Amino acid sequence: MNFDLSEEQRMWQKTVHDFIAAEVRPHAYEVEETGELHWDAIRKMGPLGLLGLNVPEEYGGANVDAISAAIAIEEVGWGCGSTALTLAAHNGLGVTPLVQFGDAELKKKWLPRVTSGKHKLSALVMTEPQAGSDLQGGIACRAEKSGNEWVLNGAKMWCTNASIAEYIIVVVRTGPTGGSRSLSQILVPTDTPGLHIAPPEKKMGLNGSPAHAISFDHARVPLGNLVGEEGRGLQQTLSTLDGGRIAIGAISLGLAEAALEASLKYAKERKAFGHPIADFQAIQWKLADAAMEIELARNMIQRAAWLKEEGRPYSVEASMAKLYASEMAERVCYNAIQIHGGYGYSREYPVERMYRDARLMTIGEGTSEIQRMILARSLLGG
Amino acid sequence: MKIIACIKQVPDSEAKVKAENGQVTYGDAPLVINPFDEYAVEGALQQKEASGGTVTALCVGPESAKEALKHALAMGADEAILVSDAALENVDSLGAARVLAAAILKIGDADMVMFGRQTLDNGAGVTAPQTARVLGWPMLGLAGQIKVEGGSVIVERVLEEGRQIVKANLPAALSVVQSIGEPRYPSFMGIRKAAKAAIPVWSLADLAMAAPAALVTRAATMNPPARETVCEFITGESPEAIAETLAEKILAEKVL
Ligand SMILES: Cc1cc2nc3c(=O)[nH]c(=O)nc-3n(C[C@H](O)[C@H](O)[C@H](O)COP(=O)(O)OP(=O)(O)OC[C@H]3O[C@@H](n4cnc5c(N)ncnc54)[C@H](O)[C@@H]3O)c2cc1C
Repeated sequence: MNFDLSEEQRMWQKTVHDFIAAEVRPHAYEVEETGELHWDAIRKMGPLGLLGLNVPEEYGGANVDAISAAIAIEEVGWGCGSTALTLAAHNGLGVTPLVQFGDAELKKKWLPRVTSGKHKLSALVMTEPQAGSDLQGGIACRAEKSGNEWVLNGAKMWCTNASIAEYIIVVVRTGPTGGSRSLSQILVPTDTPGLHIAPPEKKMGLNGSPAHAISFDHARVPLGNLVGEEGRGLQQTLSTLDGGRIAIGAISLGLAEAALEASLKYAKERKAFGHPIADFQAIQWKLADAAMEIELARNMIQRAAWLKEEGRPYSVEASMAKLYASEMAERVCYNAIQIHGGYGYSREYPVERMYRDARLMTIGEGTSEIQRMILARSLLGG
Repeated sequence: MKIIACIKQVPDSEAKVKAENGQVTYGDAPLVINPFDEYAVEGALQQKEASGGTVTALCVGPESAKEALKHALAMGADEAILVSDAALENVDSLGAARVLAAAILKIGDADMVMFGRQTLDNGAGVTAPQTARVLGWPMLGLAGQIKVEGGSVIVERVLEEGRQIVKANLPAALSVVQSIGEPRYPSFMGIRKAAKAAIPVWSLADLAMAAPAALVTRAATMNPPARETVCEFITGESPEAIAETLAEKILAEKVL
């Protein structure tokens, strides 16, 4: 057993941390208030490798190992939740299906574009107004073949990055029957006529990361825009989501670390009854619990990432890590506000933003309930 | 074009500097590449991009300084060399310049040697001109823009009074300042290369030289006397009365 990061991973962590501390974190407040990402920083992420974490070098990516990818997303989460969600949706959802299942032509056309930082990013949408957790039964958005084109019709919901993406990979129904082999992934460039992207949703937090309702009205794309195999869309999406869950866990971890850092600083500064509040056991225990739970979550996330890197099954571990880290982050951020007292409720301090950001993590890419269902299924069989 | 970027490892800018047993200590502050030297590496990489060639990062320091060299490799330097020797522990800037000059000659065929303008720890800013002097090369200090033309280099120097354009024959030594542009972040590709790199370590024997005698020695270092502050609120009938009392106190304390 060896819990140390490799030399390469350690250098990567330091580089990403320094980058985020200098270029992303100072803008987190403004990103949330204005609803606009800090594009200066995103442009610089291309050469650093943050926009092509699992993309092979020949397509402009960094192709880092799974642990390095988790470390990077954790660091971005530490700096800014919105930026982290957009990066996780781009790397984990928008890019991964193309890397794993796309043919060489699609890869060559799109990957260098979205990993460079010079253009826009990418997105994946499965969710619909009437279908979230239940993809197999619920997806109504459909694509039909007409000549050498797919024609898409229907509505999608909660597409993170839609307005800042070069393309959206859409999970649609391509088979008339409803079974598990009736869905496919189709790449739709965002300038496709018939694709309508609604204004960003007004959200509780993560407001710098735009999520949109989108709709298709006879939107036509070449048949070659099918990603992977026709009828394998559900399986491809579920396999993408396993990796995505590590990323959501990593954002949660980063948010919790930032909240603990803010809490430690505040607890040492703030005085009550003649003492820094850090002298009170009630505050100390909150800090101690936070540190312990963060340590545990990091271990779970890095182990799931390690299994992934080793090419071994990791769905269960990824689910556990996502479930634990996201619920942990909410607790730690909740207590961070408590430690800050009234100021914790003020936008002058960052912890209320972290709390709002953390809240999504128990919902996106599989709710806590769905994660528990996955775990129970693996325990009970069936 | 063969360019050597000289870098040093220094304590992080947030280090708490104090004297302990007559010696300066930085506690357990993290050690980083001297921030001023990142501009030297950036300048060197820009010249490599403009005219081709290689960039070698060179450092005189302890074994730990390999980390700073790896940072330069991750930014894009082609190779790195550390000169490390127990006899160099308390080397002064002229001694370091002699060692650097010997290493630069041993590397051989350098067209330009680039330095940062000063270090974050000692901040003397004399190592670059001293090295140039030992080498007998022209020294172009405070370079904000660099352009190589034929066998010479044209530099725009950034001075307090303004800009000055100077030209010198190669090989030359330069110190590089901020106007060169923000140092680039390492790329993952660079990190991958740096993590694997085996950095050669040269001793004084490898440079065929004895430890340079220190010309500057420091007597025991002391902490500045602790500052005592007293806070006093001045009250009075009117703003004028308060001002008067304040003025009297200022005069009595001989502040003015
Ligand atoms: C900010 C944000 C960004 C998002 N980004 C994207 C994106 O980029 N792409 C994308 O496709 N989607 C995205 N989503 C959608 C997200 O993945 C879904 O909201 C999530 O999967 C839940 O689906 P739902 O909202 O339809 O809830 P539902 O599936 O309707 O669930 C409602 C509730 O019922 C529970 N529930 C459902 N089924 C069961 C069951 N069998 N047993 C027990 N409980 C159950 C759920 O846990 C939940 O508590 C995003 C959502 C948000 C809020």
